[in-house]
Parts: sequence; structure tokens; C-alpha cells
Amino acid sequence: MKYLRYILPLIAFLVLAGFLARGLKLDPREVPSPLIGKAAPSFTLSRLDDPAASFKRDDMLGKVWMLNVWASWCVACREEHPLLVEFSKRGLVPLYGLNYKDKRDDGQGWLARFGNPYNASLFDNDGRVGIDFGVYGVPETFVIDKQGVIRLKHIGPLTPEVIRDRIEPMLKKLDA
Amino acid sequence: MSAEIGHFALWLALGVALISGVLPMLGAARGRADWMALARPAAALQFALVAFAFGCLVVAFVGNDFSVTYVATNSNTSLPTQYRVAAVWGGHEGSMLLWLLMLTGWACAVAAFSRHLPAAVLARILSVMGLLAVGFLLFLLLTSNPFDRLPNPPLDGRDLNPLLQDPGMVFHPPMLYMGYVGLSVAFSFAVAALIGGNLDNTWARWTRPWTTVAWIFLTIGIALGSGWAYYELGWGGWWFWDPVENASFMPWLVATALIHSLAVTEKRGSFKSWTVLLAILAFSLSLLGTFLVRSGVLSSVHAFATDPRRGLFILGFLVLVIGVSLALYAWRAPSVGLGARFEWISRETFLLANNVLLMAACGAVLLGTLYPLLIDALGMGKLSVGPPYFDTVFVPLLTPLIFLMGIGPLARWKQAELPQLVKRLRWAFGAALVAALIVNGVRGQFGIVSTLGLMMAFWIVAALITDLADRLRPNGVVKTSVWHRAGLIPRAMVGMMVAHLGIAVFIFGVTMVRSGEIERDVKMDIGDTTEVLGYTFTFRGVQSIQGPNYRAAQGTVEVTQGGRAVATLHPEKRVFPVAGATMTEAAINTGLTRDLYVSLGEPLAGNTWIVRVYVKPFISWIWGGCLMMAIGGLLAATDRRYRAKVKQAQGADAKVAAA
Repeated sequence: MKYLRYILPLIAFLVLAGFLARGLKLDPREVPSPLIGKAAPSFTLSRLDDPAASFKRDDMLGKVWMLNVWASWCVACREEHPLLVEFSKRGLVPLYGLNYKDKRDDGQGWLARFGNPYNASLFDNDGRVGIDFGVYGVPETFVIDKQGVIRLKHIGPLTPEVIRDRIEPMLKKLDA
Repeated sequence: MSAEIGHFALWLALGVALISGVLPMLGAARGRADWMALARPAAALQFALVAFAFGCLVVAFVGNDFSVTYVATNSNTSLPTQYRVAAVWGGHEGSMLLWLLMLTGWACAVAAFSRHLPAAVLARILSVMGLLAVGFLLFLLLTSNPFDRLPNPPLDGRDLNPLLQDPGMVFHPPMLYMGYVGLSVAFSFAVAALIGGNLDNTWARWTRPWTTVAWIFLTIGIALGSGWAYYELGWGGWWFWDPVENASFMPWLVATALIHSLAVTEKRGSFKSWTVLLAILAFSLSLLGTFLVRSGVLSSVHAFATDPRRGLFILGFLVLVIGVSLALYAWRAPSVGLGARFEWISRETFLLANNVLLMAACGAVLLGTLYPLLIDALGMGKLSVGPPYFDTVFVPLLTPLIFLMGIGPLARWKQAELPQLVKRLRWAFGAALVAALIVNGVRGQFGIVSTLGLMMAFWIVAALITDLADRLRPNGVVKTSVWHRAGLIPRAMVGMMVAHLGIAVFIFGVTMVRSGEIERDVKMDIGDTTEVLGYTFTFRGVQSIQGPNYRAAQGTVEVTQGGRAVATLHPEKRVFPVAGATMTEAAINTGLTRDLYVSLGEPLAGNTWIVRVYVKPFISWIWGGCLMMAIGGLLAATDRRYRAKVKQAQGADAKVAAA
């Protein structure tokens, strides 16, 4: 027993290494979402710019739309943002933002500062809707079809390649 | 050509590293002086070869050799020369080469400045460093060769990530790596001592200055990174608990614990096995940080293009280095012995508590950083841990740590009297509370957290003053003058005081910023004004300018206070066509009591822009505090007793040479 405390660091490290080895096989950006092919969770949220105006999932029934989860505290969103601004200028699809676990002033300031690519941003202060959507990291992007079914999910910042190779073909398929 | 020569130099360095990793170690085990003697020249040769390879890569960058893949992906003909040099460590391969350069550089420094060490000890230390270099050289050569050529070289390169085109980024990675890799010296000393079985206070005395110097670099590196985030990422934050920031913060916490624990081991011979463990852990966390950043297991802004082979290689290396050293620890540490005994109330106890708290803080950061990965690996889903978690765990851990920081230096070694400590420090405690309440009263702020923060800062200062006063005007018969006694305080002690004062300055800055900053976004046309905290900001419009590799819209904002001009700020919005990115360059007027921070948002109709205006009280104190910690470290590392040792040894060498 006397030696146990000297061996403990080694044991703890080996357990950690086991997890790291497992982690290597997992790609933090490629998560098969159990939600793909299922109806988007229902929600009602206020708009970021107007606490009085509410927005719910069913408002978008009959349209193909994109939901981008972002937050002013999220560094990767900052990286992704210029691309979204460019993308929204092309007017391919209505783009909505889900402002996740943020403060209203911070979120609005962020958009004012870096440009607002969104038709509107929904204010998910406590992250409940984000949790329903299975958001585990910000940013994430969803494509939702006319029936309100999630068809595509991308985790992590969008890149020109992702937009070209995954999102645009999907939009074409859904006939946006 | 330079790429091939550089590549060749790396292979040669691998050969030399293998020799220095094996022969001196065997020589120390078998008492062969000739094999041990190889250690020092081999260290110098390794460094020369790696430095040469590094120089080759610099030449390829400065000369725009786009047939080298790494240059083509990270540079451009229109990139200014100083950034072409900085671009050498702007990507994965180059930053690993920089890491290796630093590692061999530290080994070379150990070889140069540790001649007074017994030959076997020095041989073992340099062997361990040689083996580390072997690992990193293999990693570079097998998975991340910076000298790979492109079969069809492009006419121009893809340019350096615009985020990295900044003076702060030129110095941040080298400083940080110097710190990371510097911890390998303490690690090698520890492993060598475990192998040789000579873990005593001389071991602690040799390790101390090296650890302190590495800690200084780490402190400056982290501060530079945070400063860079502040003005380059452009939304005025200075710390984001990003996995990569955490990766640099964890070794810092452990290194801080190690510095304190080494003090106990040197002075009192206690905590030996704990100190050795910390020395191993500090460098292990540097390696773990490298793994986290380089393997892409966590997504982060800093994540570079990832390659599974690289992740696997680093993990294997990690398991080998950390696993072997911890196994060695498990085997040898039980025979180390306990050292001098101490009472419950003593400086040893306070330092031990400080160590435990620092390790707990490090554990909390590690957990927060790895938690998403652990949950994912267990198949329990995916989640993210954000700043709220870290803010919640840090305040309860830091509060007792800061409290102990005030008491520790006043307590005596071995046995201290609690009533006497209370008597000496109650004034400090009261003064800190009153000062915090006064400052907050003047500001009209009454938050509990901000009062607590200010109180911690003032507590450190008040306790330091108490300590200083006791040293300068001790009770009883006083024969010498105050100035004479001030001169008697050892430089290491002064260093400790300056570093602790740095923590106070840092906490003061953080508290003032968090509780007093004002951020405002305003729509401004030419001539419009807005007022924030007594400063009037007038927008004078935007003009376009042309930079070396970007176009920019440059705004002009005049700031006045009570009709008196304070500053003219020029925030910019830069478009980098090659990299295809837009960057916001904030304009900052730095002052002792506040920063005025202006950046451009989006253009609206006509000449109207969204302008973001911040006033951040005392934010420069955050970095000022870090700088003071670094200066304190420098004073401690250059204390007379280390210099005297070196001189003595050199003198002895000279005598031997003369005879």
C-alpha cells in the first residue's frame, strides 16, 4: 500500500492516454446527428433584435432554410463569419441565426460590428433550444427542408469547401 | 537548394541526437568518462544543425521559394519581409521546427552553463534532452517535413493567415515555446536525478534558476498571446478559455507550483518526491498541450490542418515519455525519504497548500478542456464547456490561494506561531478591506465579486508592506540604517515580492475591467459624436488606403475629454485578397487608467458606419502585472547565489586548465 501513491500518477496518466487514443479516432467536427432525417425540434424564441417579436419553427414550414448556431463569445464563429456574410449575399436560401447562450447586447453588437448575414437571429439565452438541436459546440449549421425535417448538419466553422460540396448540392436537391 | 540542405541537416541532427541520447547515459551507468564527455559537444552540434535547418527554412521564405510546399501554403510575394520570417512558424511544420530549435537550444545552454555539475549528472541530463530531441526530430521527418517540395510550384503562395500578420504574433509563439520547452530542462534534471538516485537540495538548487527562466518565458508568452487576442481578434476580450490557451495555462500553473515547491526542497529538503513529480508533470502538460493542438482532437481557432498520423505519433511519443518517467518515479521515488519535519503552522504548510490549490486549478482547467473529449469517448454524447464553467471554478480556487500568498512569506520555516501571524496581518487584512470599499465607493460599484477582487489585490499589497516593514524595522535593538537593511534583502526575495505585486496588479486590472468597462456600438455619420465615460468620440469619416498585401478602409475618430484633445484613432477594416479574409484592426489609445478602443463595424448607407467604442478601465494593468511577474522571476533567477556558483566553478575550471 505504501507504494500506491507513487504509482497513482502513472495509472491516472495511462487512463488519460486511453481516452486520448480513443479521441483520436473521433472527429470533433463529424458527428452523425441522430436528428438527421427527423423533424427539427419545435421551439418558440424571441428575436435577438426585438424581444417582443417571437419566432417559431412552424413559421418556416414550406420553405427550405438554414439555421446557423453562433455566439459572440465563440472564436470559431468569428472565423466563419465573413463566409456567412458572403453566402447570404447570394440569396440562395433564408439564413437564420440561433444566438446561443449569449447576452442580447453582446450578440447585437457582434452583428453590428461584423455584419449581419441572417434574416433574423433567435435569442436562445439559456441554450435550451440549442440542446434540443443537439448542439455540442458552436458554430453549427443545419439545413432544414420544407417539411421541417433536418437534412444536413455541419459542426464547426463552415468553409468554402463545405458550402460548395455539401450545402449547395443539398439545397439543389431540396429545390430551394 | 536550401530546402534539401536543411532537410539533410535535420537527418544529421537525428544521428547526433541518437548518440547524445544513448552514449552519455550508458557512460554514466558504467563510469566511462569518454562516453560521458560526448554529451556537451553533441548538444552543441545538435543545436548548430537544427539552427542551420531553421535558417534554411527562413531563406526559403524570404526568397519566396514556392516550390517548397510549406512556403507556398504560408507565404506570398507581397507579404512584408518581417512577416515572411514570422511565417516560418505560422503553420504546423514550421512551428514544430521552432519547438525543436528551442529544445536543442536549451540543451546547448545547459551544456554551456552547467559545467560545475558532476559529469555523470550532466551526462544523464543531456542524454534525456537528446532523447526528447530524437522524438521530435522523428516526428518532423516522418510526418511533418517542412522541406517537402511541390512537383508543380505555384507562381505565388497562398499567404499567411491574416490573423497572424501582427507584431504580437511574431513574438508570441517563440516566447511560449521557450517556456514550454524550457520546462524540459527541469524535467530532464528530475529524470536524471531519479535515475542517478541523487535527489537532494543541490539538485533543487541546480533546477531552480532553469525552472524560473522557463516560467518567465511562459508568462511573457501567455501575456503576449492574450494581448494579441485583445487587439487582433477585435472584440476587446483578453482571455477566452480556448483549448489552446488552456494548453499554455496548465503548464504555467504547474510550473508556478514547481517554483514554490523547489524553494522548499532547496531550503528545507522537504517535498522531494512531490517536487520531482511536479517537474515531470509540468513538462508532461507542455507535451499534452502540443498533442491537443497538433492532433485536432479538440476543435479550436488554433487548430491547424490535422493529419491522423501526426496525432497518433504524438500520442505514442507522449505515452513513451510521460509513461516511462512516471514509471521511473513510481520505482525510485519511494526511496527518496521525507526530509526535514515541519509543524502544521509553518511556511512549508502554506506552500504545500498553495501547491495543492495550484494543482487543483490546473486539474479544473484540464477537466474543462478534456471533458468534451472524455464524454465523447465514453459514447455519452457531445458537449462543450464554455467560459461560465471556468469562471465558476476559478474564483473559489483563487481566493484561498491569494489569501495564502499574503501569509506564506511572513510565516517562518518549520514552525510559526499562529497568534503572532494573526497579530501581524490583521492590519493588512483591515486595510485591504477598507481600500477595496473605498475604491468601489468612489466608482459607485458595490458588486460582491468586484469588492472581493479588489480586496485580494489590496491584501497582497498590504501583506507585502507588512513583510517589508518587518524586515526594515525589526523589533528590538536596531543598529543599522533602514537603507543598509534594504540592501541586505536577497535579490531572490525582492524578485518574489515584485512577482507577487504583479499578481496584485493583474487582479486589480481584471477586476476593474470586468466591473467597469463600457462597450457601445453606435451608428455614426461624418461629424457625429458619442460620449462614453466622459470621453467624446467624433467620427471624421473613412478613407481607403493600400497596404502591402491588403486594401483597407481607415476611419478617423477624434477623442476629446472636456474639450481637450486626447487622441486621434485610426481603426481599419482590412481585406486580404489572397487569403480571402477581412480583418478588423482596432485602434487603441492605451493609458495607465483606461484604454480607449475603437473599431469599425459594417458600412451603412453613405458615409455612415457602425462604430464600436469601448472604454476599458485599467486593462493595461493585466499585462503590466504579467510583466512584473516576469521581472520578479528574472530577479529571482539572477540571485547572487546562482551566479556565485557558476563563477566559482569557472574559476575552478580555469585553475585546472592552468595547472
